[in-house]
Amino acid sequence: MSEHEQYADDLALYALDVLTGEERVKIAQHVATCASCRAELERLRGDTALLALSAAGPRPPQRSRQRLLDAVAHEARTRTARNVMVKTGGRSWWGWAGWAAAVVAIMFAVSLWRENFSLHQMLTSADAQAAENARQLEALRKIAAPILEPEAQRVTLVAAKTPPQPQGKAFYLRNRNSLVFLANNMPALPAQKAYELWLIPTSGNPIPAGVFKPDAHGSATVVNPPLPAGVEAKAFAITVENQAGAATPTMPIVMMGAGE
Amino acid sequence: MSIPQRQDVPADLAIVTGLKSGDQGAMAQLYDRYSSVVYAVALRVLGDTGAAEDVLQEVFLQLWRNPGAFDAARGSLATWLAVITRNRAIDALRKRRPETDIEDIVLSVAPDLAGDAERARAAEKIRGVLGAMAAGQRQALEMAYWEGMSHSEIADKTGEPLGTIKTRIRTGLITLRKTFQG
Repeated sequence: MSEHEQYADDLALYALDVLTGEERVKIAQHVATCASCRAELERLRGDTALLALSAAGPRPPQRSRQRLLDAVAHEARTRTARNVMVKTGGRSWWGWAGWAAAVVAIMFAVSLWRENFSLHQMLTSADAQAAENARQLEALRKIAAPILEPEAQRVTLVAAKTPPQPQGKAFYLRNRNSLVFLANNMPALPAQKAYELWLIPTSGNPIPAGVFKPDAHGSATVVNPPLPAGVEAKAFAITVENQAGAATPTMPIVMMGAGE
Repeated sequence: MSIPQRQDVPADLAIVTGLKSGDQGAMAQLYDRYSSVVYAVALRVLGDTGAAEDVLQEVFLQLWRNPGAFDAARGSLATWLAVITRNRAIDALRKRRPETDIEDIVLSVAPDLAGDAERARAAEKIRGVLGAMAAGQRQALEMAYWEGMSHSEIADKTGEPLGTIKTRIRTGLITLRKTFQG
């Protein structure tokens, strides 16, 4: 039996999304590294689509369309409200005020023009700063994308004939209170359980540093969890907790590492 | 196996392009074109019109929020939405959190399922193939697909060995595929 045949039946169950536990993790890991099985998985998913299309039934209720479009419009409005600056409308003083009001209006207009000019200069400067910030952000995104993007292909190299082991990497900048944690080959957990990352300080109790569940490939990331400022880390550890997380770690520690 | 040119790809592409630019009209087009497919799949799994409508809303809103999850070069929206819907409906049926992101659902479908007529003909053909399958094989396939039962649960329920159930499911899917291979 070839390696691919060994996975064939489980691949079909994986395509149906009914494989669970260790079998699911094993297939997910294999598919991540085997182009041939990945292609077969895509074909099997295509086969499941044929099954889906065999379903027949009534059309959705009439209200469903409006409900969806209302939800979309609401989300679009929320997006717009976040992105658009509030503009105030102009008012005409001329119709009812007479000459005195006209003089006041002219003075007001001159004042506005001066303010506008000053704001324009500030905006020009702010634009330049924003452009520089955007350039730096884009450069950082390019660096971070292969690490953080879900579609990035993650490959763990280990000594030949060694099965992939669970692995975690914590990148911690104490002075910026910033932590990025990447894990792979993590075994799946029961539905109510999750992994919790702990920062072990040089003194004091372990500090919760994020709860996570690995994806179908056994990968997970934790990015900038809330942490107290400036804590020096002696080590990082992982325990299995209820999915809401815990304030203190529940033994045993399943993974642990000190600074390199 | 060659994959025929799909006539619905340009229309799908236009819809997804519209969604990417936040065009609410594209969402209306998406609904008009595919709501019957999505609703039929959700209703078949859940057997409850209210729950099926909720899944329909969730699936379309997910695509609205993340239109880049669908790759028009890999297949038609109809088949992709059908798979996403079935998975989400099973999650709802079994009251579990989704384990697969929609971005991870990549599939390859051979038949041309351009419009309602093509899909109706394909559905008729698929129902014929299922009807011609051995009862045990059809039962295993349908329990896994429409009820989201694992091979262990199916084996417990039917009294058949685990390995037999696994093989029946895989060969059942491949039988469907072969029906559409020229």
